[in-house]
Amino acid sequence: MRRVSAICNGTVIDHIPAGNALQVLRMLHIDGSQSNPISLVMNVPSSKVVRKDVLKIEDRELSQEELDRLALVASSASIAIIRNYGVAEKRQIELGEELVDIAKCSFFNCITQNSSEPLPHRLKVLSTDPIEIRCAYCTRSQSLAQIIDSLI
Amino acid sequence: MDLITMNNLTNEESISLLEDAKKLVPVAEGSVHLPLLQGKVLANLFFENSTRTRLSFETAMKRLGGEVLNLSEVGSSVKKGETLYDTMQMIDGYADVAAIRHPKQGAAQYAADAVNIPILNAGDGAGNHPTQTLLDLFTIRQGQGKIEGLNVLLVGDLRYGRTVHSLSHALGRFGASLTLVSPNSLKMPEEIVSDLKSMGCDVQESDNLSSSLESSDVVYMTRIQRERFPDEAEYEKVAGIYKLSKENLSSVRSGMMIMHPLPRVNEIHSSIDSTQYAWYFKQAFNGVPTRMALLCRSLGVDVPEVIG
Ligand SMILES: [Zn+2]
Repeated sequence: MRRVSAICNGTVIDHIPAGNALQVLRMLHIDGSQSNPISLVMNVPSSKVVRKDVLKIEDRELSQEELDRLALVASSASIAIIRNYGVAEKRQIELGEELVDIAKCSFFNCITQNSSEPLPHRLKVLSTDPIEIRCAYCTRSQSLAQIIDSLI
Repeated sequence: MDLITMNNLTNEESISLLEDAKKLVPVAEGSVHLPLLQGKVLANLFFENSTRTRLSFETAMKRLGGEVLNLSEVGSSVKKGETLYDTMQMIDGYADVAAIRHPKQGAAQYAADAVNIPILNAGDGAGNHPTQTLLDLFTIRQGQGKIEGLNVLLVGDLRYGRTVHSLSHALGRFGASLTLVSPNSLKMPEEIVSDLKSMGCDVQESDNLSSSLESSDVVYMTRIQRERFPDEAEYEKVAGIYKLSKENLSSVRSGMMIMHPLPRVNEIHSSIDSTQYAWYFKQAFNGVPTRMALLCRSLGVDVPEVIG
């Protein structure tokens, strides 16, 4: 059963791990202030995974850079760029070596806690399995939960 | 070239720095005049007080003919709300190299990202203090001629002491065996012990100092700081449990070295000062040739093969 109708132009993010769609919205800075239509379904049964979230963003084509931000919460998502009701492009999410200005370091005594400091927030990805991410400045490890709490 | 953590140096680069430092000892002592860094300016950026480290950098630069800017007024511009980034932009125009000490962890890397001049980390929060590690390694090589295969005892506050965290990694990299002596409440953090073991380092843990003394080549004492303890009673329990005096040294190895990053409280009795085992004052002085070698390296100046 189709819960959300097909879109004419925009981006479809499918197979988001169930429950993570709200984090995806945060990471894409989608907060309701934009005027383009957004459809979100959560916890729908899926043939590939048990349950999934799906996000359809009309009239906006996400760039690769924007999509790569999602690697932490939806690395297995499949992305389609839609033009005139058809899939014009398929894209993959890749977790880079460094997350720049995606999340802040959560260590209380880190130099980057001073919000007046202008340099970008940099978190280094040391390994992906198991995931290990450290602040490029203070080198403290950051858990996924901390990162999601500290999204910019 | 920046030096933010010991991880910025390969073992070969560390050894080459220590060899340069060895050559520079007569210059550090003032018996040879060698103005390798004439016309160069070091900015000493001490956002937190550390007189020993600051003076050591200052002497190192001046012995090599360089100039030093001591920005003690930096403290006041920080109080006015200036960012580290802005302070660094000013320094970038005034100095060729900067040593930075800062209460916030990550400040040295941040400063290095903010400007082009080389940044030397002189201690950032509970983070790194690589010039202390280098001078410790220098001192051990000076006394023992090597690091590999030595039995090194690290004693005291191993939980909070960044000096011993960084030193233990470096000693592990160079193939020393470590015995970690501390009260249970001040044990070396578990992740550091497992890091050491995974690099193949032979690590023992103990709470007894005297039983380990006989077989050790180096005894590295640290002080237990009152401010680490929430209440006085907890502090009193462990304060002063590891003290060395001359009487404890009757059966130690003849070349055994006692080291301490200083200042000491009561860990090492002054009766030891005049013995062959006392290395802590030499160790403090060794900060000068070590930092000289580092200043030369960061400014791209080669240290001549023969000096004097
Ligand atoms: Zn940090």
